[in-house]
Amino acid sequence: MDDDRVFKALADGTRRHLLDRLFERDGRTLTELESELDMTRFGVMKHLRVLEDAGLVVARRQGREKLHFLNPVPIRLIHDRWIDKYTERRVSALADLKTELEETA
Amino acid sequence: MSTMTAQATQVYSVFIRATPEQVWDAITKPEFTQKYFYGSAVETTAEPGTPWRGWSADRTQQLVDGEVLESDPPRLLRHTWRALYDLETASEPYSRVSWELEQAGEGVTKLTVVHDELEHSPKTAESVAGGWPYVVSGLKSVVETGEGLGV
Repeated sequence: MDDDRVFKALADGTRRHLLDRLFERDGRTLTELESELDMTRFGVMKHLRVLEDAGLVVARRQGREKLHFLNPVPIRLIHDRWIDKYTERRVSALADLKTELEETA
Repeated sequence: MSTMTAQATQVYSVFIRATPEQVWDAITKPEFTQKYFYGSAVETTAEPGTPWRGWSADRTQQLVDGEVLESDPPRLLRHTWRALYDLETASEPYSRVSWELEQAGEGVTKLTVVHDELEHSPKTAESVAGGWPYVVSGLKSVVETGEGLGV
């Protein structure tokens, strides 16, 4: 259901860069993030909006400031749904191959 | 993984196809927490001033110690947190965990877990940063399907 939004949000270098900046230091204002990107304030806002809609960034008010936090849960869900499943199969396929080779050896 | 210092305020959020009441139960009842919280059983009455404790599956070892600070079922549960499962984290001061539940449409709840006041607990911050994504996604899975993700 929400996977599309997450994949779309991640399919952009600037947005991945924003996530990496938040990974380094979380809870930043738009102004702080803007200062690290060669982009207009409006552009950064637009990208943050897409990340927020995908749930990858959560904005929280703290006093007068609006702080942006990285939310790793959607990535974890993608990992559970798309990565675990296929890598597990691959690992077991290799294990099967090993068993087969050893049996015929 | 990066070697960056873990954050002093950490936010984890997820949409769960369930009512806030169902999610509240999943947070406060040990029969649920055992399925997604690294097998640990939570002990809490969710009343301010009472203990919030996490126990090993066989209940012989206390893994987390805390006290309920604020409770507004099924919207907010806030408690302190000291991880006893590791000597280093156990020697750090208490930090704070807030479970915020918000109805986000019919039968959908937005759960946000905020772990903050970790400024003086860097080892704890590092430890829980690795754990919360797993716990929160596991909680979603348990509430929606009745099954955890497996440990």
